[in-house]
Order: sequence, then C-alpha cells, then structure tokens
Amino acid sequence: MTLSPDLDLKLKPDFPLLQGQPELVYLDSTATSQKPRAVLAAIEDFYLHHNANVHRGAYPLSVQATAAFEAARGKLARFIGAQEREVVFVRNATEALNLVAYSWGLGNLKPGDEILLTEMEHHANLVPWHLVAGRTGATIKAVPVTPQGRLDLDALQTLLTPKVRLLSLVHMSNVLGTVNPVAQIAKLAREQGAIVVVDGAQSVPHLPVDVRDLGADFLAFSGHKMCGPTGAGVLWGRYELLEQLPPFLGGGEMIDEVFVERSTYAPPPQRFEAGTPAIAEAVGLGAAADYLAAVGMEKVWAHDQALVAYALARLEEEVPEAWLFGPRGADRGGIVPFTLGTLHAHDVASALEPYGLAVRAGHHCAQPLHRALGIPATLRASFYLYSTRDDVDRFVEALKDVRDFFKDWL
Amino acid sequence: MTPQSGALNDLYRELILEHYKRPRNYGPLPEATAQSQGHNPSCGDRVGVMLRLEGQRVVAAHFTGSGCAISTASASMMTELVQGKTREEALELARAFKAMVVDGTPPSPQLGQLSALAGVHQLPARVKCATLAWNALEQALAQ
Repeated sequence: MTLSPDLDLKLKPDFPLLQGQPELVYLDSTATSQKPRAVLAAIEDFYLHHNANVHRGAYPLSVQATAAFEAARGKLARFIGAQEREVVFVRNATEALNLVAYSWGLGNLKPGDEILLTEMEHHANLVPWHLVAGRTGATIKAVPVTPQGRLDLDALQTLLTPKVRLLSLVHMSNVLGTVNPVAQIAKLAREQGAIVVVDGAQSVPHLPVDVRDLGADFLAFSGHKMCGPTGAGVLWGRYELLEQLPPFLGGGEMIDEVFVERSTYAPPPQRFEAGTPAIAEAVGLGAAADYLAAVGMEKVWAHDQALVAYALARLEEEVPEAWLFGPRGADRGGIVPFTLGTLHAHDVASALEPYGLAVRAGHHCAQPLHRALGIPATLRASFYLYSTRDDVDRFVEALKDVRDFFKDWL
Repeated sequence: MTPQSGALNDLYRELILEHYKRPRNYGPLPEATAQSQGHNPSCGDRVGVMLRLEGQRVVAAHFTGSGCAISTASASMMTELVQGKTREEALELARAFKAMVVDGTPPSPQLGQLSALAGVHQLPARVKCATLAWNALEQALAQ
C-alpha cells in the first residue's frame, strides 16, 4: 500500500495528554476529543488575567471578559460561515437540539403534524423530539438506513409529505461515519415547507462545514468534540427564525425588561443565553476553532479519510473475522465500527484494554441504528487530527492478538 | 505485542467461554412461579430470570436474553448453583457473589465455579455485566 502523508499530521506534540501517555492509543475521539495546549492556555489565561462576569460591570475587567466572550462568538461564527448574531452559546449539541425542540416545537407543532428523523440518529436527536411530540400530539417518523449504512433517499422522498413540519437529521453518523447529503436533503425538505435541523456534533469537528452551503435552518454542535473544553457548544440558527423563537430558559442576561409579573426578552443570541454562561469554556472553544482553522478543515478531513481507508484495508486483509460496518466511499468519515466473530462488543473491548487501546463498545447512544443493523452493540475506533498511522497499526495488531486468543470461540 | 496485564487469561478462561457458548438452563421455564428482567442500559443487554419455587425452595432456574460472555456465563452458572437452594440460601449466594465482583472480597467457597468471575472486579466497567442476572434473581425472589 502506498502511504499517504495524510496518515500523520504530526500534531500529537500539541496535545499534552497524548504526549504524557505514549502507551495510550486514544481511538475514542467521536466521544470526546483531546485538547491542544493552545486551548488549555486560553482557558488559563482567561482565569489568570480576564475573569469577571460578562455583559455587566462597567469596570475594565468585565469589559475584557465580555470582549473575550464575544470574540469567541465571532471565531465560532467565522468557523461555520455564519453571522455572529446567529451563534448561540449552549452547553453542547444535546442542549442545542433541546432548545430547538422546545422553543420551536412547542409553539409550532400540533396533532397530525409530523417530525421526520432518521434511524441513524444519536439519542440526543431522538429523545427531545419524543418529549415534544408527547406534549404536542405530533407524530415521529424516521428515514430508514440501507444495508450499506446510508440513508434511504427514496424512502426519504416518500416520507417527506406536506405533513412534515420539521426534519432533524445527523450530518455525520457517530457510529457509521456516514456523511449524509444534507444540502440535497435540506433543499427537498424546505421545498415542502419543513424546518431543517442538523446535528453537526461529528461533522463540525471533522469536515469543513459552511452554513451557507448547508441550506439548513439550525445547526447544533458541541465544543468538546472539536478540541474545546466540555460545557460549551453552539446552536446556529437563521436569524429571522431565531427572532421568532420564544426563550428556552429564563433568567438573567436574556431579558429586555423585567417586572414582577412579566418580562420582555433580549434579541437573539442573548435571548437564549440565560444566566452566567460558560465564559472560560467559550473562550477555550474560540481557541479550538482557531487551532482547527490554522490546521485547515480540508486537511483534517483528508487525514480522517486516509486513516479510515488504511484501517479498513488492513482489517479486511488481516482480520477477516472482523465485521466492518459503514459505507465505503468519499462519504465516510474516520470511524471504524466493527464486531469480532460472534463475540460481544464489550468482551472485545475489555480484551483490547490491556493494550492501551481506548475504543468504545456499546450502542453509542444509537439504539435504533443498532436495531436496524440487527446487533445489540458494536465496537468503535475513531480518529482525529492527532491520530496516526502508528495508532492504527497498534490497534490492528492488538485486535489480531485478541482474535488469536478467542479463536476457538469466534 | 503482549497485554500489559493478564486480564485476558485471568478472566476469559475456558470455563467462562464454555458457559458463554453453551449456556445451561437457557430458555423459558414452563410453570415458572417467579420471574424478573434485568437490563443494562449502557450496552442494551437483557437477561430474564425464571424460577420455579416450591415453598421456600428453588426447584428450577432458567434464564433468557442475550449478553456478553461475562453476563451470560454469570447467568448460566448462577442458574446451576441456585437450583435446590432455599430462598434465603439463594439470596446469601447473591450477596457473596456481589461482594466478590463489586467489593473484591476473596471468593466464598459456596460460590463454586463462579469464583472464575472474581477477575471482573479488576474491570469496573464490566461489574454490571456480571451482576445483571443476580439483580434479576434478587427481584424474582422478592416476589
């Protein structure tokens, strides 16, 4: 096999945890990413030199804190091609999706309306809709997944009737790595008058995403999966839609005027940022966006694709007992979901653990997808910009050892 | 490459894998008098435990469901061990088993071949797999 230079971006030295634990093969970046020194430094710098509450005091420190927080909003906006006023800071993609479900769903859905989801959704893009459907009488339908691990686009066209008021779908599957043709799907849905919500928890960290090309109404993503800290994420929404939405959470920061018995609300994005936000985390997320932009998202994506192609080729050649899931092609990100023989995923994960391998086993918060695949659980090895060819090699060698150990029981 | 600990060898012994691939007392139990379901939401594994009690004595124990080697072997060996025991003796076995895998207490002799699962204590993420059937047993006995 010809080795692509993309197999190692030589960025591991930027990640102190990985540098400090050379025995670790961290292949769970789909769950959360490791953090570069630049992000840790930005958080420390904020607490050491600029810490105060935002949008309040007239004293210089509060002005600095506000400037740092709003500068982070600007960085995130540029990262996804959005306007700053369209970027709402939330905790994570889960909270962003709940915000849309409650603020848009409760006011707009009624009995007979349909919410269209897909079988490959993370629970974060299923459960909020269950809660809102239960309160509005709306019905939930789901686009099925093909045996190749892609959305069934014919079925989608059939399901996309005028009854569908909202389509919410994942951009990149957290299990299969499938990148869905969101722009094409969003166009179809919006022609039918449906609102389009995109779960970008995996796509925004791993591939170039520009909301102007996406054609969606809302985009949700988490900071901690894109080199940022936990506790800060983003809901992007088209401004005219955000303007129409009632608040999700009430409290300080999100108001215009408050009386004892009623209040009026600030315009977006502040309308959706009740209470003191995760200021230092937002600043850290801004530094993460800068870090990724400096590497280049095209390069991050090419690296993920090169690693997954290399891993799949080695596994097919050397571990024929491994069942590999997910599509093959340009629409596949850096995730390797697999099982080994008839062994349960958790047994294989425990067996891999002594090799320093951090892989995930289970349903990965996607039970309907696993039901569609007909298996209770999978193992998942996933890559990010700091992953290397050596990580893949150590993973494949360990899996071969485990295969040999269990050979009479596969 | 070799594993840095003997976890594979310690835990995945012939005995456990043999119970995994050929579980005993597997399948529905006609005329069960008590039953309960255990579910592990983190992996989706399910186990059903069915008991036939005559007076205070467990005269038959079966299990159903699908799970990993640890949960299946634990359930399989458990159904063998509790057969013929009184309700109190079965509950005492459950306590002894949990002490072994949760707290790391040395295996009590009454656990017999279940002591093969003592190594689960070293794998905190897998303790729930081992106790799944035992929790269902306790619930069934409480009925």
